[in-house]
Amino acid sequence: MSDKNLKNYWKENLRYLIGLLTVWFVVSYGTGILFVDTLNQFSIGGYKLGFWFAQQGAIYVFIVLIFIYVYLMNRLDRKYNVNEE
Amino acid sequence: MELQIWTFLIVGVTFLLYIGVAIWARAGSTSDFYVAGGGVHPVLNGMATAADWMSAASFISMAGLISFMGYQGSQYLMGWTGGYVLLALLLAPYLRKFGKFTVPDFIGERYYSQTARVVAVICALFVSFTYVVGQMKGVGVAFSRFLNVEFEWGVVIGVGIVFFYAVLGGMKGITYTQVVQFCVLIFAYLVPAIFISMIMVDNPIPQLGLGGTLEDGTPLLDKLDQLSTDLGFKEYTTSHRGKIDLFFVTAALMLGTAGLPHVIVRFFTVPKVADARKSAGYALVFIALLYTTAPAIAAFARTNLINTVDNKEYASMPYWFGNWEKTGLLTYEDKNGDGLIQYYNDDNPEFVASVAAARGWEGNELVVDQDIIVMANPEIANLPDWVIALVVAGGLAAALSTAAGLLLVISSSISHDLLKNWLMPEISEKQELRAARISIAVAVVVAGYFGINPPGFVAQVVAFAFGLAAASFFPAIVMGIFSKRMNMQGAVAGMITGLVFTASYIMYFKYGGGQGHPEQYWFGISPEGIGTLGMLLNFAVSLIVMQFTPAPPQEVQEIVENIRVPRGAGQSTGH
Repeated sequence: MSDKNLKNYWKENLRYLIGLLTVWFVVSYGTGILFVDTLNQFSIGGYKLGFWFAQQGAIYVFIVLIFIYVYLMNRLDRKYNVNEE
Repeated sequence: MELQIWTFLIVGVTFLLYIGVAIWARAGSTSDFYVAGGGVHPVLNGMATAADWMSAASFISMAGLISFMGYQGSQYLMGWTGGYVLLALLLAPYLRKFGKFTVPDFIGERYYSQTARVVAVICALFVSFTYVVGQMKGVGVAFSRFLNVEFEWGVVIGVGIVFFYAVLGGMKGITYTQVVQFCVLIFAYLVPAIFISMIMVDNPIPQLGLGGTLEDGTPLLDKLDQLSTDLGFKEYTTSHRGKIDLFFVTAALMLGTAGLPHVIVRFFTVPKVADARKSAGYALVFIALLYTTAPAIAAFARTNLINTVDNKEYASMPYWFGNWEKTGLLTYEDKNGDGLIQYYNDDNPEFVASVAAARGWEGNELVVDQDIIVMANPEIANLPDWVIALVVAGGLAAALSTAAGLLLVISSSISHDLLKNWLMPEISEKQELRAARISIAVAVVVAGYFGINPPGFVAQVVAFAFGLAAASFFPAIVMGIFSKRMNMQGAVAGMITGLVFTASYIMYFKYGGGQGHPEQYWFGISPEGIGTLGMLLNFAVSLIVMQFTPAPPQEVQEIVENIRVPRGAGQSTGH
């Protein structure tokens, strides 16, 4: 693979990482810790929303993030033809 | 059937199962021994990772901790799961492509330096060793409490089982036993949780039950807030302490997870780079099964406990109360001699002065150890004996699976990183395999010895293990992948700064002059969270030193380019 292709592949990968890690940061440190009091004014089911994020929601989002990453990277690998046989 | 018989039966059957699996999955080569031949299916690897990851502390102590900490306990829930996102996105696929056996392998080659390798080996040994001693102790406790075996013999039996399948099977044996152990431990954790959730809020899914409503129509969590404040405790669901410390502790646990060698090494065992990414996802699914159930158990148990004991007659307590009193994990002292149990927060001066004084209460009379919560849960909810026996087998599975994973890191650090790659590079594969078996055997025995005679520092092991992993390995590996320019001088300077800073801060506040003086914490950060600051320092020092020192050699830069693309990942090899 040419150097230019490799650079673009890596750049797109980094873009995905920044996007996904931003969400990761927001659901754990944002909604779960820094803004938890504000969110606690709302509720879903019998949960205060901030408390739900801190003890349930953040974990569900983590799982979803990893599988989105798997999907995006498999697609990217094929696009740049660097996937494993 | 009696509880004792049930316990012997279930624990015995699970142990036979582990031994059977180990015989089936013997290791024939160093590749089998270190990375299970690199052929483990990602789903199975996910289960093994989950069992490896969830220790006696996750299984036995965590729900109890949350039960007493309420919202603050979220630091464990988010901290011990969020690291998997970092692992999947920043580390696992690249380290798999790199294709070697151990973390010091990567550090040593990427930073073309024997010094870096040795620093990494020492960190790996220290972290794994402190961690494994705690597991052995957990095995001893479970045996002594439920099987009426002496604590020492409990540890010896545990050591014997791990010895058998770790020495015989190496990573291959350990991986497949861990798959079985995961099934045992998750079943044992979920069954009582489901029963209790049905009893309390009439919902078979504990994750939803936590947000459910009680028979009288009040939401469980509102009720719990009410019960807590009525007894002078803080509200269960809201935050009270500084946010900074919570932030730093959560971050240190996440970064530490992503830097722990026994977790990272799991991603060397799958066949492909794409599998390494996927496997981290599966691992987190399996871990989340337990981690989203734990807060439900915590809230159910807390509500149950308060309702059972609050101002009730001591003489009318159910039989489990007496059982746990015998173990010393639950103590009652009738301070005002009224025959009733007063359980309240006597550290709350306002509550003591107003409510408690008016009622003639003379201090909190009940002390409950956090470890009881999971172990006594089935008894408190009146579940059948076989469920209690199952919980014992689950706790043992959690402790044994984690111990085995850690012991493997210790053995590969010695036989592969120290002997093969440093002291005796001329040994053959056969000799290396024998060295690996001998070192794992010695490590098991030494860990067992310290499990019986634990050195004082073991209690603080979590702060150390996670803080040090976060402050040393994590930045060095991430920069090794994401910065082509990062060189040996930068990485070594960063690792040493992170390590020394974090270790000194923990030592000062845990054993030195700062003991018992939390007001001296920098920015209010407790020793548990200081690894995050150590990690930031590590990054800063590395990046500065890098500016003033030469770029890494051409072939190292090529390694970095190579690990960034998945194509061409062969099997993990030692050479």
